[in-house]
Amino acid sequence: MQTTSDEVLIARIAGGDRLAMQVLFARHHVRVYRFVLRLVRNEATAEDLISDVFLDVWRQAGKFEGRSAVSTWMLSIARFKALSALRRKPEQELDEETAEQIEDHADNPEVALAKKDKAAVLRQALSKLSAEHREIVDLVYYHEKSVEEVAGIVGIPEATVKTRMFYARKKLSEILKEQGIDRGWP
Amino acid sequence: MNTIKKETQSDIEELLPWHAAGTLSRRDTQRVEEALASDPELARRYELVREEFGETILLNETLGAPSAHAMEKLFAKIDAEPARKQVTSFNLSTRVAEFFASLSPRTLAWSAGAAAIAILLQAGLIASIVVKEKSEGGFETASAPSTDPGVGAFTLIRFAPQASSDDITKFLEANRLQVAAGPMPGGLYKVRVAVTGLPKGEIARIVKKLQEDKVVGFIATSE
Repeated sequence: MQTTSDEVLIARIAGGDRLAMQVLFARHHVRVYRFVLRLVRNEATAEDLISDVFLDVWRQAGKFEGRSAVSTWMLSIARFKALSALRRKPEQELDEETAEQIEDHADNPEVALAKKDKAAVLRQALSKLSAEHREIVDLVYYHEKSVEEVAGIVGIPEATVKTRMFYARKKLSEILKEQGIDRGWP
Repeated sequence: MNTIKKETQSDIEELLPWHAAGTLSRRDTQRVEEALASDPELARRYELVREEFGETILLNETLGAPSAHAMEKLFAKIDAEPARKQVTSFNLSTRVAEFFASLSPRTLAWSAGAAAIAILLQAGLIASIVVKEKSEGGFETASAPSTDPGVGAFTLIRFAPQASSDDITKFLEANRLQVAAGPMPGGLYKVRVAVTGLPKGEIARIVKKLQEDKVVGFIATSE
């Protein structure tokens, strides 16, 4: 079965095709939501933001020139929306949400270690990375973006993308060490 | 010498996450694979990367999905938008893809039938053009006029009826081809294969290579 490419959908959306918009939304909204959620760490905010992201796609489709993949373009829009939302929120509120989020998605380190579940401790450590480091780890591993694409989404040079990823991984090892797991690196 | 080796190792190590995700270029993939094969410590570190890769995916997959209201909210906002004007600023490959996508299966079937009849006529036409070119050293065709503003080396291509729009778009991009004109009668496209003129032997070599692609139904050189 042949599926319509994202580029064709965008061309149709530019012409006001609502069905194409539904297809594009169905195809990408979960990943966009998860990317935004990992940045803003609040489900209600993330859900509000994705409708804003796709509304921008609807509005800007005619300007899309195909220089990047559609998914890369949408993640750039999503990132901008998420950072704008974070700037509007008080620091204290975010910290509380962060703590809740960590509790929600993994056992605490002691429990996880007691279970000898190294993978769970690793996921816990991934949740403890800074927003900047979480973002790059997600873009590379989960959203499967190349060095060039990450540079485009985050707005930094390609060399910085590589070093930021390296330091994110280094920080991950440090967090794991604090939890009692020595990976022997760096 | 050791400094250079260390710098290279560090450079390769930075690429490991992208190697795990399969998003490196072919050249970088080869560099990383060679380094992994010859450096056990790097291979051990690569296993750490693979662990992180797997757990990051798992972590994200546990994040759930937005509710069905997300789409409702979006379309409520879209409904509140002013009516839009048609926009036509897309690149050529998108337009080609859009053109094929717009055809219904029935239309495509009829087109394929018509194309089958046209193949014989056009094959004869193009063959005669090629023969004429050889005997007279120059020509001007009805389907590929020399007044075309494009410069470079060209071929005439008719795509295989069963080729999908995605296949054609990928074929054009993979071979760095540009559609200069078309569709002409019989579904022929004038396709630029190089931005500068090429010797006949070189064009023949390119035509032979492109001919092997299943997307190509017919191909001949053009001026």
